[in-house]
Amino acid sequence: MRSCYGLICGCGALWDVVSALPLQPRAVNVDLQTDATLQVDISDALSERDKVKFTVHTKSTLPNFKQNEFSVVRQHEEFIWLHDSFVENEEYAGYIIPPAPPRPDFDASREKLQKLGEGEGSMTKEEFTKMKQELEAEYLAIFKKTVAMHEVFLCRVAAHPVLRKDLNFHVFLEYNQDLSVRGKNKKEKLEDFFKNVVKSADGVLVAGVKDVDDFFEHEKTFLLEYHNRVKDASAKSDRMIRSHKNAADDINRIASSLYTLGTQDSTDLCKFFLKVSELFEKTRKIESRVAADEDLKLADLLKYYLRESQAAKDLLYRRSRALVDYENANKALDKARAKNRDVLQAETSQQLCCHKFEKISESAKQELIDFKTRRVAAFRKNLVELAELELKHAKVTMT
Amino acid sequence: MQRTSLEQLEEDSFDVDVAVTNPEKVGDGMNAYVAFKVSTRVCRKAFFSVRRRYSDFLGLYEKLSVKQSLHGCIVPPPPEKSVVGMTKVKVGMDDPSSVEFVERRRAALERYLQRVVSHPSLLQDPDVREFLEREELPRAVSTQALSGAGFLKMINKASDAVNKMTIKMNESDTWFEDKFQEVENEEQQLRKLQAVVDSLVNHRKELCGSTALFAKSMAMLGNSEDNTALSRALSQLAEVEEKMEQLHQEQAASDFFIFAELLADYIRLLAAMRGCFDQRVRAWQRWQEAQSTLQKKREAEAKLLWANKPDKLQQAKDEITEWEARVTQYERDFDRIGMTVRKEVLRFEVCLCF
Repeated sequence: MRSCYGLICGCGALWDVVSALPLQPRAVNVDLQTDATLQVDISDALSERDKVKFTVHTKSTLPNFKQNEFSVVRQHEEFIWLHDSFVENEEYAGYIIPPAPPRPDFDASREKLQKLGEGEGSMTKEEFTKMKQELEAEYLAIFKKTVAMHEVFLCRVAAHPVLRKDLNFHVFLEYNQDLSVRGKNKKEKLEDFFKNVVKSADGVLVAGVKDVDDFFEHEKTFLLEYHNRVKDASAKSDRMIRSHKNAADDINRIASSLYTLGTQDSTDLCKFFLKVSELFEKTRKIESRVAADEDLKLADLLKYYLRESQAAKDLLYRRSRALVDYENANKALDKARAKNRDVLQAETSQQLCCHKFEKISESAKQELIDFKTRRVAAFRKNLVELAELELKHAKVTMT
Repeated sequence: MQRTSLEQLEEDSFDVDVAVTNPEKVGDGMNAYVAFKVSTRVCRKAFFSVRRRYSDFLGLYEKLSVKQSLHGCIVPPPPEKSVVGMTKVKVGMDDPSSVEFVERRRAALERYLQRVVSHPSLLQDPDVREFLEREELPRAVSTQALSGAGFLKMINKASDAVNKMTIKMNESDTWFEDKFQEVENEEQQLRKLQAVVDSLVNHRKELCGSTALFAKSMAMLGNSEDNTALSRALSQLAEVEEKMEQLHQEQAASDFFIFAELLADYIRLLAAMRGCFDQRVRAWQRWQEAQSTLQKKREAEAKLLWANKPDKLQQAKDEITEWEARVTQYERDFDRIGMTVRKEVLRFEVCLCF
C-alpha cells in the first residue's frame, strides 16, 4: 500500500514535469472562429491526490477585462458551476449549451496501480518496471484527455457570440481568488435527481406535440435517432478498444516471459526465443499504439458528440416547452376573454410566451444548423487523422 | 564422450516418414469415432497405409511406456483426451469449432508419430511396427477413461507420487541433478507462457466479437446521418471494421494453432522427460531395497551360524546368493538406465528442439 502511495505521489511529481510542457489544444470539434478578441486555453495542469488544478489562460482585447492577458487556477467543480449557470439562465434557453466536461476519472488507473503494487513480489524486476511504465503512460494519457475536454468547453463558450459575453464567464476567467464553489451536497444532488426525473417525464409529454414548423419536426426526429445511435456506437467502440488494449497487454507479457526464457542459456533455442521476444515486443508497441489512436480519434469523438447531441436535444426540449407554454397561454387568454376576467394579465403572459417562443425558435434554428456543420467538420477531421495514423502504423509494420 | 554419442545418434536414424491425413467420421451417435489414415514411407521405397483411430494411438503409447520406460527412454506422449471435443464431433455438429478440433488432433497425432519413428530404439519395437503395418488392430480397451485399467493407472500414479516424496535419492552424479533442475525450470516457465498465450487468444476472440458489433453500429450511424458525404464515409468505416474483424479472427486462429498447441506439446514432452528421470530414481530405489534385503539376509545367516542350525543355514545361504545376484542385477540396471537417460536427453536437445 505504501509503495502505491509513493507511486501516486511520484506520479504527481511526474505530472509537474510533464505539465510544464505546453499542451496543444486538441479540440475535438473545429470551426471555431479563433477571434483575436477573446482567446482562452489551458496552459498548465497539475494533478494532485484527488483533484486536478487547471491554469486557465486568457488573451483578450475586450474592454471589460482589466488586463490583456491573465491566468487563473480553476478546478473541475468551477467548470461545472459555470456550465450550470448557463443552463439555469433563461436568457440562454435558445442556444445549445456546450456540454460540461466529464469529471477527471483516475479510479481505474489507481486500481491497476494498486494491484501492481500488491503483485510486486510475484513478478521479476523487469516485468515490474515494464508494467509500471505502461501504467504511468496510461495515467498520462487520461490526464491529457481530461485537460483537453476542459479546454474544448472553454473554447466553445468563448467562440459563441452570445455566451462569451456572459458575466459569470468573465468572472470565471478573471477572478483570481477561489470562486468558493462547493460541489453539490447531498440535498442538492437529490434535488437535481428529482428535477431530472420530472424533466424526462415532461420531455416525453412534450415530444408528443407535433410541431408547426417542418424544420424543427425533422430536426427532432433526426436528433432523437442520432443520439441513440451515437450512444450505441460509443459504447461499442469503448468495448472494442478495451479488448484491443487487453490483447496488447498480453503480448507484452508474452514478450517478457520469452525474454526471461531466452536469457537463461545461450543455446540455439534460447537465441530463437530472444528473437521471437523482440518480435512480440514490436508487435505490442504497434498494437497498443493503434488501440490508443483509435481511442483518441474515434471513441472520444463519439463520446463528445453523444454529449453534444444531448445538449441539442435539450434545446429542442426547451423550445417545445416554450411552445406548449405559448399554446397554454393562448388557451388561458381565450378563457379569460370568455369570462371577461384578468384579461390584461392573460394578455401580458401570452405576449411573454409568444415573444419567448419566437426568440428561442430563431436562435435554435441557427444553432442547429451550426451544430450540423460543426459535426461534419469534426468527424471529417478526426476520421482523416485516424486514417493517416493507421497508414503510418501499417507502413512501420511492413518495414 | 559427447562426440561419440552424437555420432551414434546419426548412425541410428532410419529414413522413415509418417503422415496422418484424411480424418473421417465413422459410425453414428455416441459410438461414432474419427478415423485417420496413417501412411508410412520407408527409405523412400516401401509405402503403405492403414486406418487408425485415436484410441489406437493411445494404446500404442500405453504399450510403449510400459516396456520402454523401464529402460529409461523418453516415450513421446500423444495428444490428450478431450471428452468435450469428441462429444461435439460425435453428436455431429458441423460447426467450425469441431472441425478445428479434428484438425488440431490430426496435426498433433502426426507430430506424435513422427517423434516415435525418429527414435531409433522405439522404431525397432514390434508394437510400433504392428501399429504401422497391420490392417486391423484389436481395440485398445485399456485406454478408455472409465475402465478397470484406467483406475489401476490412477492408483499406480498416486502410489508413485507418495514414493517420490518419501524416499530421497542421494545423487552421486551431478549431471543428472543439473539437468533435472533445468528441465523443471523450463517446464515451469513454459507453463506460465502457455497461460499468457491462452489469455491472448481469448482476448483476440473478444476483440473479434466487439469489432463486429462496432461495425454494425457504425453502419447504423452512417444511415441516420444527414450529410451524404459523411454518411458514406461512416458506412465505409463500418466495412473496414468488418474486414478487420475477419483479420483478427484469422490471427486468433493461427495464434492458437501454431503457438499454443506447440507450446502445450513441448510441455508434455518435458513432462515425459521428467518421467524418464523418475524411472532412474525408481531403479535406484529398487537397487537400494535389494541391498538392504541382502543385508538383512546376511544378518539372519550370521545369527543362524551363531545358533548353529545347519539345515536352516543352507536355506539362508541359498537366499543370500539369490539376493546377491539380484543386487548386482539392479545395480547394472541402474547404470544402464543412467546411460540411456543421458543419451536420450542429448538426443532431445539436439533433435527435438525446433
